[in-house]
Amino acid sequence: MSASSKAPLERLPGAVRAGLLLGALALAAFPFIPMEGRDFYLQMLTQMMILAMFAMSLDLLQGVTGLVSLGHAAYFGLAGYALAFLTPSGEPISLWWSLPVAALGAALAALVIGFFVVRTQGIYFIMVTMAFAQMVFFLFFDNKALGGSDGIYVNFKPDAAIGGWAGIDLENKATFFYLTLAILIGMFLFLRRLLFSPFGRALAGIRANEHRMRAVGYGTYGYKLTVFTLAGGLAGVAGYLWAAQTGYVNPELMGFHMSAHAIMMVILGGMGNFAGAIVGAFAFEYTLHLFKDITKHWQLLMGSFIVLVVVFAPRGLLGLLVRDKEAAK
Amino acid sequence: MDLANFLIQLLNGLQYGLLLFMLAAGLTLIFGIMGVVNLAHGSFYMIGAYMAWSMSALFGNLFVAIVVGALLSVALGWALEWVLFRHFYHRDHLDQVLLTFGLIYIFEEARSLLWGDDVHAVQMPASLDWAIPLTDNLSYPVYRLVMAGICVLLALGLYLLISKTRLGMKFRAGAFNHDMTEALGINIRLIHGIVFALGVGLASVAGMIAAPISSVYPNMGSTVLIMCFVVVVIGGIGSVRGALVASLLVGLVDTFGKVLLPQVAGMLVYMLMAAVLLYKPEGLFKH
Repeated sequence: MSASSKAPLERLPGAVRAGLLLGALALAAFPFIPMEGRDFYLQMLTQMMILAMFAMSLDLLQGVTGLVSLGHAAYFGLAGYALAFLTPSGEPISLWWSLPVAALGAALAALVIGFFVVRTQGIYFIMVTMAFAQMVFFLFFDNKALGGSDGIYVNFKPDAAIGGWAGIDLENKATFFYLTLAILIGMFLFLRRLLFSPFGRALAGIRANEHRMRAVGYGTYGYKLTVFTLAGGLAGVAGYLWAAQTGYVNPELMGFHMSAHAIMMVILGGMGNFAGAIVGAFAFEYTLHLFKDITKHWQLLMGSFIVLVVVFAPRGLLGLLVRDKEAAK
Repeated sequence: MDLANFLIQLLNGLQYGLLLFMLAAGLTLIFGIMGVVNLAHGSFYMIGAYMAWSMSALFGNLFVAIVVGALLSVALGWALEWVLFRHFYHRDHLDQVLLTFGLIYIFEEARSLLWGDDVHAVQMPASLDWAIPLTDNLSYPVYRLVMAGICVLLALGLYLLISKTRLGMKFRAGAFNHDMTEALGINIRLIHGIVFALGVGLASVAGMIAAPISSVYPNMGSTVLIMCFVVVVIGGIGSVRGALVASLLVGLVDTFGKVLLPQVAGMLVYMLMAAVLLYKPEGLFKH
């Protein structure tokens, strides 16, 4: 696949780092700003951060390893459903074990599906990941026992008590916002670390030239299956938070549009460095909200927006920045 | 299951498979020859169905509507290739995926603006609106047989076109080695345009002939698109013969699955795909 020829921007320029730091500080300060309808904006930003996590988990496959998955939403949705099923009808469930269980469940599903899909390459990989995600989608869509097409409610937000201490109250929107922000930052730092670890270098090698990696003795199948599983688990963390925040899951969470939107976020920001995924997720969601506010024919605007981005900025917003720098040299 | 019932399900399965083939053939050819992944292929099916609905009302005759609709879709395909797709042959599959995903939104909204968001039924032609009795209380609708017949004829035509004509030889040459074909002085751009227009035409005709039995509704392209992906993966990307075998297989598995194992019917086709991938990761008929 020619994705390999586009070397993504791995080392972040100082300006991008500074921008990210400022962004994180601005987000941290946001709940203190007195304003009209604060809860609405808090919720919107929380959702954007959750989607940023989802986009980063996809970037690990798409930008870092060169595996374009068109079915990544399946793992996002599965973890959301896991929370919905784990939460009893009368009381909340503990965050501390339900989040790992949901993420591990998503990772397990990714491991099983990955066993089949990682054997395929290029265009096959795209089609097969999409087909398996649809299989999961229809499993939930068709079965009344799993909520059917209407989905199910998550009755309570998870409970964050530890031992005797009551912990943090996730019903509070600002608290939930901070929890999400902390997980987002943690995930970003973890993934940046991973990118420059021996494992991450091997993944980048697979993107650049898988044959050569095999020739020098890397078992690329094992690497690809591992990263597919890890990406599924991280998508699960995002899906869990999404279900906890909205209090509701439905099959659309694992649908085709969700998967394609994640790809779009990663492309829009710029692939292979995780910072682009965050920028892309915020920019994409903002644009979507904007278009939906402008007209009920937002699909026309959204479709045209996607086409224009692909035609004119295939390396994303961060890519535009770097191109200017390269031209200046 | 008695013989008559079995026969009915067998016919249904074959007919569904043939319909899938009309879409999958275009999808696999467009990929094989042009190297383009087209997620918007299902939209052409939907557009075809809506054209059948609006134009059969306009002309008062479904067959006239199908002929006019087919010509319009071929023109649409030609124009799309000319304006957009030809700039994407050398781009990543990733870019193609996004481009065609964006097109799905645009086609859905265009459909909404032109024809609205309602579900419609398309009237069958009166001459075909009867059934062949099989037993005392079972019968088989003639329209479905005619529909299968049209698909068989088109499949046969496609086979002859690809394997027996000069144009088909150029198709095969383009799929085999793009640059060499161009170096030999064949206008490969023209070939691309023809293949794309043909693919869009086939998908749209499939939508038009399916309209009287499936009804016409928004987003009807997405389910059929995913089935076509499964077909193309099973058959092997780029192989028209593989697409035919896989379409019939998928059609039969899906139809009999719904009758015999209704609990897991939705997943059977995907299990078939997983099994094929284990055995042959590049599909049954690798091109």
